[in-house]
Amino acid sequence: MSNARALRIVLYEGLGSRPLDAPVRLAALRQLLESGYGVTRVATGTGMAALPGEGPIAVLGRFEQAQPGVAESHGDGRPVFFCNVEGLEPDGMLRGLEELHARANTAPRAKWKPWFPVIDFSRCTNCMQCLTFCLFDVYGVSKDKKIEVRNPTNCKTDCPACSRVCPEVAILFPKYKGGPINGDEIRDEDLHREKMKVDISALLGGDIYAALRQRSADAQARFSRERDEKRALDERRKCLTKLQQDLGIPPEVLAALPSLDQIQAKTARAMADGGGEEPL
Amino acid sequence: MPNPTRILYCHCAYAQVVPADTKAAVLEQLSASGVSFEAVPDLCEMSARRDPGLADIAAADGATIVACYPRAVRWLFSAAGSVLPEGVRVVNMRVAEVPEILLALELPVETP
Repeated sequence: MSNARALRIVLYEGLGSRPLDAPVRLAALRQLLESGYGVTRVATGTGMAALPGEGPIAVLGRFEQAQPGVAESHGDGRPVFFCNVEGLEPDGMLRGLEELHARANTAPRAKWKPWFPVIDFSRCTNCMQCLTFCLFDVYGVSKDKKIEVRNPTNCKTDCPACSRVCPEVAILFPKYKGGPINGDEIRDEDLHREKMKVDISALLGGDIYAALRQRSADAQARFSRERDEKRALDERRKCLTKLQQDLGIPPEVLAALPSLDQIQAKTARAMADGGGEEPL
Repeated sequence: MPNPTRILYCHCAYAQVVPADTKAAVLEQLSASGVSFEAVPDLCEMSARRDPGLADIAAADGATIVACYPRAVRWLFSAAGSVLPEGVRVVNMRVAEVPEILLALELPVETP
């Protein structure tokens, strides 16, 4: 993710300015937001308030008096660029902002992949199952030995698998379609389902990976005895499809399932990186 | 400077999980109102970027955040290093009807 400074926009209709026409204001708000700008709307009859964040500010308004090109905001000394938008349509405002980036030493927001996990620490028990399950090193261990989302951009789009394996329903994907993964309240049946998931894992001997590998090996042995490659492939496809459906895992993720040894090694490394002790 | 504004609107610009009609209607009513407000392209993106602006928004006591599920919003702020105070109200545009959202924002509700 780009760390370039963002330009904060103020749509100013306060004291010393004339209000924007309603359709222009609405269209400007929409286009600014969809172009990745945060916008503070300062309404008629009010004044500037403290603005969130840091970095330069562009104040767009129909000013009644000439404004300096650039000034400093009170208190935090952020550079403030005044842009008179009299007679401009929203497209013209955006063009003006694009030109302003060079002077303000800012950059337009880059495209962003809206997919990463968020931990509900009111539920998380720090069991590290998400860390061991995730294939893409999204998770790490903090210095105080807590699970953390360390590399959110590594997350595989549309893969909520870590959330599905979390026994406490503590991992959210806010852009996910369904609850409780999307942050919806957790109902009793969600908890029951999660408990069943853990019980199933226990029934498989506590190591679902070993069970899967054993199942795969058994199937291979059986089918090699039968010398029916087509049937073997069909069965494998059926098993994988069932897993994908049950856990909502993209096929490429399932195909890259690591071995138990690899998983344990990854957890040990993460604990060491976080300054923690290796798991028993 | 006066206190920060107390309405935060999230446009959820990077996904289509909030009904488009709801977003459009809420933004239109906010725009037409005489109130000052903050609007951000996407709270998730701000959280992933650990935008320091989230801490300022969290500090606005009694704020109303118009976004998505309250549990998601609360932990998005937490992920960015900010704790939402108890008094902050979160209005969920993913499930709430427009009149309900406008009432929460104390904006006029047009009756058909």
